[in-house]
This record gives sequence, structure tokens and C-alpha cells, in this order.
Amino acid sequence: MSEGTLYDKVWEEHTVAELPTGQTQLFVGLHLIHEVTSPQAFGMLQERDLEVAYPELTHATVDHIVPTSDQSRPYRDDAAEEMMSELEQNVRESGIQFSDPNSGDQGIVHVIGPEQGLTQPGKTIVCGDSHTSTHGAFGALAFGIGTSQIRDVLATQTVAMEKKDVRKIEVTGELGPGVEAKDVILEVIRRLGTEGGVGYVYEYAGEAIENLDMEGRMSICNMSIEGGARAGYVNPDETTYEWLENTDYFQENPEKFDELKPYWESIRSDDDAEYDDVVTIDGSELEPVVTWGTTPGQGVGISEPIPEPESLPEDKQDTARRAQEHMRVTPGETMEGYQIDVAFLGSCTNARLPDLRRAANVVEGRQVHEDVRAMVVPGSQRVKAAAEAEGLDEIFEDAGFEWRNAGCSMCLGMNEDQLEGDEASASSSNRNFIGRQGSKDGRTVLMNPRMVAAAAIKGEVTDVRKLKEVTLA
Amino acid sequence: MTDEIPEIDSVTGTGVPIRGNDIDTDQIIPARFMKVVTFDGLGEFAFFDLRFDEDDNPKDHPFNEPQFQDASVLAVNANFGCGSSREHAPQALMRWGIDAIVGESFAEIFAGNCLALGIPTVTADHEEIVALQEWIDENPDGEIDVDVEAETVTYGDTTIEATVDDAQRRALTEGVWDTTALMKSNADAVAEKAAELPYVDV
Repeated sequence: MSEGTLYDKVWEEHTVAELPTGQTQLFVGLHLIHEVTSPQAFGMLQERDLEVAYPELTHATVDHIVPTSDQSRPYRDDAAEEMMSELEQNVRESGIQFSDPNSGDQGIVHVIGPEQGLTQPGKTIVCGDSHTSTHGAFGALAFGIGTSQIRDVLATQTVAMEKKDVRKIEVTGELGPGVEAKDVILEVIRRLGTEGGVGYVYEYAGEAIENLDMEGRMSICNMSIEGGARAGYVNPDETTYEWLENTDYFQENPEKFDELKPYWESIRSDDDAEYDDVVTIDGSELEPVVTWGTTPGQGVGISEPIPEPESLPEDKQDTARRAQEHMRVTPGETMEGYQIDVAFLGSCTNARLPDLRRAANVVEGRQVHEDVRAMVVPGSQRVKAAAEAEGLDEIFEDAGFEWRNAGCSMCLGMNEDQLEGDEASASSSNRNFIGRQGSKDGRTVLMNPRMVAAAAIKGEVTDVRKLKEVTLA
Repeated sequence: MTDEIPEIDSVTGTGVPIRGNDIDTDQIIPARFMKVVTFDGLGEFAFFDLRFDEDDNPKDHPFNEPQFQDASVLAVNANFGCGSSREHAPQALMRWGIDAIVGESFAEIFAGNCLALGIPTVTADHEEIVALQEWIDENPDGEIDVDVEAETVTYGDTTIEATVDDAQRRALTEGVWDTTALMKSNADAVAEKAAELPYVDV
């Protein structure tokens, strides 16, 4: 078992009791909720005549069903309106803070937590959403839970968990021009598999990780779950502290920053920490990665051939064959030139300000291909406002992108933003599962935001590095 | 109701095989069926897009086949339930009639969600799962006994060694898989922890 890692320390700090099952009862420092997975939990509380134990440690927003075009109430979609009303009622009755669309603070739950300084190093953070692993970028222990566990957290502020092993993933070297955090995590999942992380928490370390901004670290931790790891984290450092200092919480409580910093420092993994497994990846060898299949592990470097199913391990061959049939790709060819119909720039993986800036830089002065419908869905209202202050909205709109309001949108097709028929999408999101973007015949190619921008312009999957006149800092 | 959590030592019933690795929760319950505020009625939408075409005509899928309509033991392959944490997935399977799942491996959040509903997720080797799936096809009326306590799966004349995660086995067999009341009883220790943690302002 691991020893002296951030995971071990945060686990220890938050242990309330050992349960008769052998599980640990873990205190939850921050509980985030949204409209899709929480209403049934509130219903269960009511059935059992229980109240929310620590409402001040729960924070709500609305992201999955919220329309990104016309947000006037009632929503056009009755089901969405019902879910929103239910959430409003639940937070009102329980005294839970709610970043609603009128507050200017609404957004994807994994974007707003870090923005407001709710996400902090050494916290345990849970949410009924598998991409809760995002918050690990700050050195928090953050993981997704189901609705019955949400009930537990609401009623007790704790969750029953089993301790996992820790795998250190060391990404050495410097990422090349045009290579981003997204490419690193797609490469990790491609190498270790979609279930390689089951039973593990991932610690991301090494020069390439340390050099990333917080947004990049969030993109990586976000997709830990796509590799099977329920949680992933980066040890907090000066980059982390700088972000925190500028958030609402620490602007309003500056004394807290100095008070908490020793705690943050104390939970960093020790230099001589022991890991259950260590994997090293040379970051300098990476190129932009795109997916060719229907799981996030089916990725390939943009200049590499799509694998022959027979060249893969036996247990991966059937899935690969079916995926290639669905995607209509040919092994031996590269993904370059794969025609797309939709470009989606959004999601909790890649819809923060620097993601939009980099994509805008590719788009500026160009036009979206005439056969492509392209949209930008900022991760939060604050990201949207900040992007507009820089004029990014104009760059995107001039090029022919739709500029939308914040939400999960086409990442999972729970609002009106969906693929139609067998449309192919270049997407900065996190899942290329069949049906994920709202159409069961839809085809999703995952890639980094600049690659999405390049695909939107060319109408096909394109190596952004070949658009030479673009700056690729 | 919190006081009476059933002990689940074993699950017995007929089987239904669902083949394929990496079957994600978007396939088990497509997102559009999650626009609801209760889990009631999700059963009919289990595997919906794999079961029906655009015009809602049934396709070839085990969940559509008459011989499997009363099945309660689901036999699956590797990394079943990956992706989204939606509890709607096991809720849909449970409401369709599934009481236990035997597979090569399960995604972690999915297995946790099953446990919270009292559904065992039992694992066995690839070859053994394939043999079980084939046997179910040939014996749709044949009973399968998933023994959580003994960690075995018995069908026909065959008994295979299976694995049940320790915490899951104890939770199910001792009837402590619904953790709310259990954890609520430690409220004082939780309050102490809240007071002790440097970042908690309550």
C-alpha cells in the first residue's frame, strides 16, 4: 500500500470511523450538486424524515439540462423546467447556496467550484458526477458518487469508501508546440486502458505536469475517470496558490490564505512517498492525440495510423472492430482528413478561458467550413464574460461559430444541443461513447480545443500544427 | 425503513447475457431518459438505444427476447458500467428485473452504485464468463445461484469460483449496504471532525 502520498494524508485527515463493512467513513469537505443526480437524493431524505446535516458545505448549480441559447423561464423543455424547479425548491428548503443563472456565477459544476475558491487543496470533494475528479488539479481528493451516496452525504456529510492504491504517472520533458494537457491525458488512457485505473487513484507529476497552468491540470484530472481511476490529483504548488489567492473566497477572507497554506503544504506527497505503481511517459514525444473509436482509450497520434484490430490485445479486438465500423474509419489510415459536420468547443474538460483563447487564436481571421456547424459553449458565465471582455466572442462569431451560454451542452446531449443522425463531431469534450452526444448514430472524435478549431475551419480532422501562420505557444 | 436492511447472502434466478467490453452507462440508460426527478419507470428504458431503432421498433437484443424476460442475473464482460456516475443505470437494470450481475470486471462508481441498491457485482475470469453466457443462451430457464457469502456462481452442474470485493461481501451479507443510518449514528464524531479540519467554517 502507498505511504506518504497526498492521497494517504488527505484520507487520514478525513477519516471519521471504520465501518463494519471494512469501509472508511470519510468526512466530505465540499459537496457539489446539480439538477440531474440530486433530486432523487432529496426525495430519499424526505422519505426517511432526514434533513441536510451541513448545508453550508454543499453548493449547487445547474448545468446538464440548462439551455445554452434561450434561457428565459419557464424553459421551453418542460422536463428541464421541472428539474430546475425541483432543484430551486430543494436548495431553498435546505439553505444550500446556489449559483443560479441569475447570479452570474452559474456554469458547469467543475468550472465554478475552482472559480469561486470552493475547491481547495486537501479537501475531500464529492459530487454526483463522474468528472468530479477535475478538482484533484488543486490537490483535493475529489471523486464522483451515485445518488444513494448523495443521500448519505446530505444526511451525514460523510461517504463510505474503500481505500485505493496510488499510481504515480510521471510525465517528463516539455510538451511540443501544439501539444496540450488534453493530449497528455488521451495518451495516458490510450496506454493504460479505460479500466487500467480501476482500483487506483492517479497522481500526476513530472515536469510536463508542473509546467501546466491550473486549467491544463484540470483537463488532465477531469479525464482520470475515462481511464477507470475515480480520482486523480496534482500536488499543490505556487501555480495552485496563485490561482487560489485570486478567487472569491480568499479575496473575501485573505487571512484564510495564510492560515491554510501550511495545511496545503503539509498534505503534498512526501519526496520519499511510496506508490503502488509508477508509470513514466515522455511528454516531449507526444503529438496531438485524436480518438478513432468509441471509447476514450481508442486514441491515436494525429500522424499515426489507426490500428488494425488484430494488432491489439485480444480482449480489445472486438470492441475495436465494432468501433471502427461505427466510426467508418479504415485501419492503416490516419485520422487526418476525417470529415466532420459539427465542431463542439465546450465541456468540463476544455471550456475554460485559456482553452477558448487558444482556439480563438487558431480561428482568428478564418471562416468555419461551409458544411460545418460550429459552437462555443463557455464553461461558466464568468468564463463567458471574461472571454467577451477580451473580444473572443467576436472572433468566434466573425468566423461563423455560435457563441452560447454556459452549460454541459453537447457533451452529453441533455439539452437541445445534440448531434443529428450520423453527424460526425470534432469535440473538445471527454466521451466518444456511441449515443453520447444525443444521436445513437452520431460519431464523436475527441481532441484538444485548437484541434477542434482547426477541424471547424477545414471541415475535417486537421493537424493544427500544419496551419503554419498560427502561433502555437 | 432504514432499520430493516435485508441481508443478501445469495441471489438465485435465470440469466441474461449482455456481451461486450466497456459497456458504458450512456448505453445502459441514454441521457435523455434522465430528465426526470425520480427513478420510477426507468426499467423500460434500460439499453434503449441498443434495443430499439429510430421508429422504436425492437432490434435484436437480449433484453427484448421473450426467453429472458424473467431473468434476474445479468452476465457481462469487462469494464461494465464505465463512464458517467449516473445511478440511473443500475436503477434501470434493477427496475427491469436484475438482482445480481456477474462479469469480468466493473467500473468502480457503477459497482458502488449497485452496492447501494443491494445488487451484488461478482467477478470471474473471462473464460468462465464466456462459458456462463453460452450456458444461459442454451438454458434460458436454467437457474443460476450467485452465492455472495461463498463467492461462487453455480449453474447446471457447474460451480465456478468468483470474487466478491470484501467490503461488498460484508455489506451485503451483514445487511449494512444502506449506509445512511449507520453513518448517521456517528454524528458526534463527524461534528468533531468538522471542528478539527482547518478549512471547515461551520
